[in-house]
Amino acid sequence: MSDSSFLLELTILVLAIFLGFEVISKVPTLLHTPLMSGTNAIHGIVIVGAILVAGQPDADTLTQIVGFFAVVLGTANAVGGFVVTDRMLEMFKRKPGSARSSGGADGAGPEGTV
Amino acid sequence: MNENLTDFLYLVTIVTFILALRFLSNPRRARLGNQIGAAGMALAIVVTLAQDLESYKWLALAMVIGAVIGVVGARRVKMTAMPQMVALFNGVGGGAVALIALAEFHNLAPAAARLELNLSVAMIVSAIIGSISFTGSLIAFAKLQELIGGRPIVYPGQKVVNALVIAAALALAAAILVGPESQWLLVAIVTASLAFGVLFVLPIGGADMPVVISLLNACTGLAASAAGFALHENVLIVSGALVGASGTLLTLLMGRAMNRSITNVLFGAFGQIQTGSGAALEDGRAARATTADDVAIMLSYARRVIIVPGYGLAVAQAQHDVRALADLLEQKGVDVRYAIHPVAGRMPGHMNVLLAEANVPYERLFEMDEINPEMSQTDVAVVVGANDVVNPAARNDSTSPIYGMPIIDVDKAAQVVVVKRSLAPGFAGIDNPLFYNETTSMLFADAKVAFEQLLASVKNL
Repeated sequence: MSDSSFLLELTILVLAIFLGFEVISKVPTLLHTPLMSGTNAIHGIVIVGAILVAGQPDADTLTQIVGFFAVVLGTANAVGGFVVTDRMLEMFKRKPGSARSSGGADGAGPEGTV
Repeated sequence: MNENLTDFLYLVTIVTFILALRFLSNPRRARLGNQIGAAGMALAIVVTLAQDLESYKWLALAMVIGAVIGVVGARRVKMTAMPQMVALFNGVGGGAVALIALAEFHNLAPAAARLELNLSVAMIVSAIIGSISFTGSLIAFAKLQELIGGRPIVYPGQKVVNALVIAAALALAAAILVGPESQWLLVAIVTASLAFGVLFVLPIGGADMPVVISLLNACTGLAASAAGFALHENVLIVSGALVGASGTLLTLLMGRAMNRSITNVLFGAFGQIQTGSGAALEDGRAARATTADDVAIMLSYARRVIIVPGYGLAVAQAQHDVRALADLLEQKGVDVRYAIHPVAGRMPGHMNVLLAEANVPYERLFEMDEINPEMSQTDVAVVVGANDVVNPAARNDSTSPIYGMPIIDVDKAAQVVVVKRSLAPGFAGIDNPLFYNETTSMLFADAKVAFEQLLASVKNL
C-alpha cells in the first residue's frame, strides 16, 4: 500500500525535476536574480506543511509550539519572497523610458501579492 | 474540504508555480508570472486552512507575525541589499522545514509500530538539509551584510572537522533508522546539521557568494521536497523539485562562468590573499592616473563606449550617476553599452538588477559572450568597481589562481578607464596587470564621486 504511494511520489519527483530543468533553462541571464528570488518565494510553500503539522487535531503542546514557529518562518518566506520578487521585476523596463525619473523603485506598492 | 477537491486545488497551485517560472523567460511577462505564482500560494494556504484543523487562532497569529516580517523586510530592503535578503528568506524557509521535520517526528515517533522507512528517511533528510540551509544562509547573509569578514575564515584541520560533523549527523541518522526512533537523536542530528551549515559557509569568500546562495536555494528546495515525502503532500514535492532544479542549474552556470569546479569553490578556500599569485609584476611599472576632465573628453569623442560594472558599483551606489552619464553621452551620439560578466556582483544577475533599478533599458545590457567580440571595435571601456572579471591574468598567466576564467576582454578596447578608489587588490586579493597596461588609465575616486565629476565635465564640453 505505502510502497505504491511512495513510488507514485517518486515518479512525480522525477518528472518535476526534469520539468524544472527544462523551464529554468529558458530564463535569460538578465533575469537570474528575479529567478533566485522567485524560486525562493516558491519554496515558501512549506507553509502548507507547517500549517498541517501545527494545526493537526490532537497535537500536543510541543508540536504546537514548534509548529507555530514553523508557520511564522514559512509565512515570512512565502510573503516576503513574492514581494521582493515583484519589486525586482517592476524595475525591468524597455527603452522608451517610463514617466518615472531617476530614483529607486522603493515604496511603489506591489500588486497582486498575498 | 473534500480530499479530491483539496488535491485538485493543490494541482492548480503547482500549475501557477510552473507558469511563474515559465513567464520568467521574458521581462515583459515576468512580473505577471510572479503575481500568478503569488495567487497560487494564496490558494494553497486557503485550501490548507480549510482542512480539519485545530487551534486556528494560533495559526492565524503565526501567519500574521510571519506576514508582517515578510512584508516589512521585503519592502524596506534597498535593492542593493538584495543578495542578503534572498539569503535571509532562503534561510528562513530552510528553518521552517527543519522545524516541520522535528514536530512531525515528535508527533509520529512514539508509535507502537516502527515508522515506515520512506517517512523516517524523508523526515531525517528534510531535517538535515533544512538545518544546513538555515544556518548556511544566515552566515551568507552575515558575510554579504559585512557583519563578518568577507575573507574566508580558515583554520587548520578545517576540512577534517567539517567532514566529522557531517559524518556524525549521518551516523545518527543511521542510528534512528535501524535503532531507537528517539526524538533526541533527531535533535542531535539537527544540531550537527546546524553546525555544519555554519562551518561549511564560513571558509567561502565573499566574492563566491553567488554560488553559495544558488546552492543553498537548491538545498531549501530539496528539503521542501523531502518534507513533501514525509507529509504525503505532492504540492511540496513538486515545488521543492522546481526550486531544487533551478538552484542547481544556477550553481552549475556560476561554476562554469568562473571556470572553476563547484567543489573548488565550496572547499577550496579560494578567496584568501594570495602571497605568491602568478608572475610577479615588473618593478617600476606605474599605473597611469587620469582626471575626470580627461576622461570626459575621451568619452565625449568616442563612437562606442562600453561600461563594465562590478560589485564596487553596488557598494558605491553609483548606478544612477552612471546612467545619467550614459544618457548624456548618448545625446552626444555616443553608443553606450554595458558588459555584464556572469559572476560580477554577489548574486547571479546582480548587475542586471542594479542597472535596472537605475532605469537602464535592458537592451543596453549585454552578456560577456555577446560583447567580447565587439571589444576590439570599442573606443573606451570603462570599468567601474570590477576587478577580477576584467583581469587579463585569467587569460595570459597560467600560474594565476584565476587562470582559465572567462573574462570581459576590456584590454582589447582602444582605451580603458578603470574607476577605482585605490590600487588595493579586490576580493580575490590578486594583482591586476590591466592597471599597468599602456592603454589603461586609472581614475582614482569613489565611483559615485567619479561619475558626478564626469557628468559635470561632459556637460561643460
